[in-house]
Amino acid sequence: MGKPMTEQTQTPETQSSPSTDVGKSDIIRVEGMHKWYGDFHVLKDLNLTVRHGERIVICGPSGSGKSTFIRCINRLEEHQQGKIIVDDVELTDDVRQIDSVRREVGMVFQHFNLFPHLTVLENCCLSPIWVRKTPRKEAEATAMEYLERVKIPDQANKFPGQLSGGQQQRVAIARALCMKPKIMLFDEPTSALDPEMIKEVLDVMIELAGSGMTMLCVTHEMGFAKTVADRVIFMDGGEIVEEAPPHDFFTNPQEPRTQKFLKQILQH
Amino acid sequence: MAESTMKAPKKRIDPVRWARENLFSSWHNTILTLLVGYLIVTSVGPLLNWVLLDANFQGSDPSDCTGAGACWLFINQRLNFFIYGFYPEEFQWRVDIMFGLLALSFAPQFIERFPGRKWLGLFGLTGLPIVGYFLIPGGLFGLEEVQSSKWGGLMLTLILAYIGIIASLPIGTLLALGRRSEMPIIRGLCVVFIEVWRAVPLITVLFMASVMLPLFLPEGMNFEKLARALIGITLWQSAYMAEVIRGGLQAIPRGQYEAASALGLGYWKKMGLIILPQALKLVIPGIVNTFISLFKDTTLVLIIGLFDILGTVQSTVTDPAWQNVAVEGYVFVAFCFWVFCFGISRYSQNLERKLDTGHRT
Repeated sequence: MGKPMTEQTQTPETQSSPSTDVGKSDIIRVEGMHKWYGDFHVLKDLNLTVRHGERIVICGPSGSGKSTFIRCINRLEEHQQGKIIVDDVELTDDVRQIDSVRREVGMVFQHFNLFPHLTVLENCCLSPIWVRKTPRKEAEATAMEYLERVKIPDQANKFPGQLSGGQQQRVAIARALCMKPKIMLFDEPTSALDPEMIKEVLDVMIELAGSGMTMLCVTHEMGFAKTVADRVIFMDGGEIVEEAPPHDFFTNPQEPRTQKFLKQILQH
Repeated sequence: MAESTMKAPKKRIDPVRWARENLFSSWHNTILTLLVGYLIVTSVGPLLNWVLLDANFQGSDPSDCTGAGACWLFINQRLNFFIYGFYPEEFQWRVDIMFGLLALSFAPQFIERFPGRKWLGLFGLTGLPIVGYFLIPGGLFGLEEVQSSKWGGLMLTLILAYIGIIASLPIGTLLALGRRSEMPIIRGLCVVFIEVWRAVPLITVLFMASVMLPLFLPEGMNFEKLARALIGITLWQSAYMAEVIRGGLQAIPRGQYEAASALGLGYWKKMGLIILPQALKLVIPGIVNTFISLFKDTTLVLIIGLFDILGTVQSTVTDPAWQNVAVEGYVFVAFCFWVFCFGISRYSQNLERKLDTGHRT
C-alpha cells in the first residue's frame, strides 16, 4: 500500500472551494446534536468539528449509531435537536439548503446503491448533468477521468449488475467524486464485500485520502484507520466515547468501553 | 486445453422416448392421453370444416350462404360498418390515415433494426392523438365535421382504448406518487380518489358520465357523450394504474432513493430519472394486464348508446335480412379483440426483454 501521500497534490475538489481558506477553517460543525427514532434515543449530544482536508474514522460496535450519525451530515436522517453546519450551511427543514449541502457532500454506501438501469458511465454522469448542469461531453470526460482513477475505465459501458462487488463499490466512489464534492462520507464501504475485494476498495480510499479530500469513514478496517486517519472516533450507545489520533487510540485507549471494543476486534 | 474446449452435453430429443416418458408413463396417463387425443380428433375436423372448408366467402346476399359452414360473406358485406360505424363513407379516408399512422408507429416496434423506431413510438404516444383530435371530428382546416355520434365500430373501440391507455398511464403515475407523498393533504386526496374510483364498476361510471354528469354541469356547458365517456374511462383506469405503479415504487430498495438524494437530485429528478424507470419496468406485466383489461372493457360503452365493434356487430346480427349469423359475428369480434390484445402482450414481452439489464440489487 505504501504510505499515504499527504498534501502531495492539490486536486480539483479542494480548489473548487472558493469561500474559505483551505486547511484552516472548519468544514463540518456538529453541536449538541440529538436524534430519536420514535422514543428511542439513538444519538445523544454529539459534538464534532472537522477541518478542511481532515480524515476521520468512526468506529464502534453495531447499533452504536455511527452510521446514523454520518447519514445526518447529508440529511439522509433528520436530527431533532442541536445544530449541524456543513460548509457554512446549516441543515434545517429548508429543502434548498439540504440540496446545496448534498451537492457538496459525496456518499458511498455499504450496499453500493448504483443505479442498475444505467451504465457505469451514466451512473457517474447523471448528477453532474442534471444537478450541476455540466454539458454532457464534459461530464463524460470527467467521469472517465475518475473511472481511470478507481482503475475501471474499461467497464464504463457495462451495467452495474455485470460487475463484481469490489468494482461496483469503486464505481460508487467515482460516481460520488464526479460531483467534485468537498466532503466524502463512507458508510461501511467494505462491509458487504468478499474479503479478496476489500483491498481494491481500500486502495482507492487511501489514494483519495492522499489527495487531500475531507473524509468521514464509518469502518471496521482498523488497518485503514491506522494508515490514513487524522482522528479516530469511537462511538457506543449513541455517544462519542473517545476521540484521539490513531496512534494514541490504538496504543493507549482511555475509556474502558474503548479498551473492551479494541480487545474484541483486534483479537482476530 | 481439453478443459477449456469442453462443451455442455447436448440434450437429445428422441420422440419415442419422449412420448413414453410424458404421455404413457403409467396406465392412467395412457387413458388420459387417449381421451384427449380422441377429443382433439373429433373436434378439430368439424371445426376446420365450419371455419374454412364448408364456409362461404363469396357472394353478395344472404342466399349465397349454404348453411353448411360459416357464412363469412356476412362479415365481408358489413365490414365497412364494423370498422367505421356510421362514419360517412366519403370521409373514411381520414380514419384510414389514422389506422395507417397507428400501424406505422407501433408495427416497427417489433422489428429490432427498424430505423428511428423510437421516434415513431414517441410519435404514436404523443403526436398521434393530436393528429386524430383534428382529423377524425373535422370541422377545422376545411375538413367537413363528422359528429361523434356517427363514430362507431372498430374505430371507436380503438379511440376509447387508446385514449384511456395513454392518458391513464401519466395520471396513474402521478396518483401513485401522490399516494406515497409525505405531504398529508396530497396523500389524502390521492387515496380518496383512488379508493372511490376503484370501488365503482365501470358500467356505473359510464352511466353516471352519460346521464348524471350533465345534470350537475352549469347551463350551456354540455360536451359530447363520447368525451364524457372518455373522461370517465380515463379516470377509472387511472385509479387502477396508480395501484399497479405503486406496487412497483414499493419494490424499489430504499438505497436507490437514498443514493439519488445523496447525489443532490431533487424530488422530481429523483423520481423521473432513478425511481420510475425502474419501477415501471418492474410492473410492465401488471400495466399490460390493466391495458388489456381496459381494451376489452370498452365494449361496455354499449350501455350508453355508443356503438363500438361489439355494438355494431350485435345490431347487425339481429338484422332480419341475415339469419343465423350470430356465431360468425361474435367469432369475428372475438378474433379482432384477440389480435389486438395478443399484439399488446407480445410487445410488452419484447419490451421486458429489451429493458432487462441483468441486475438485481
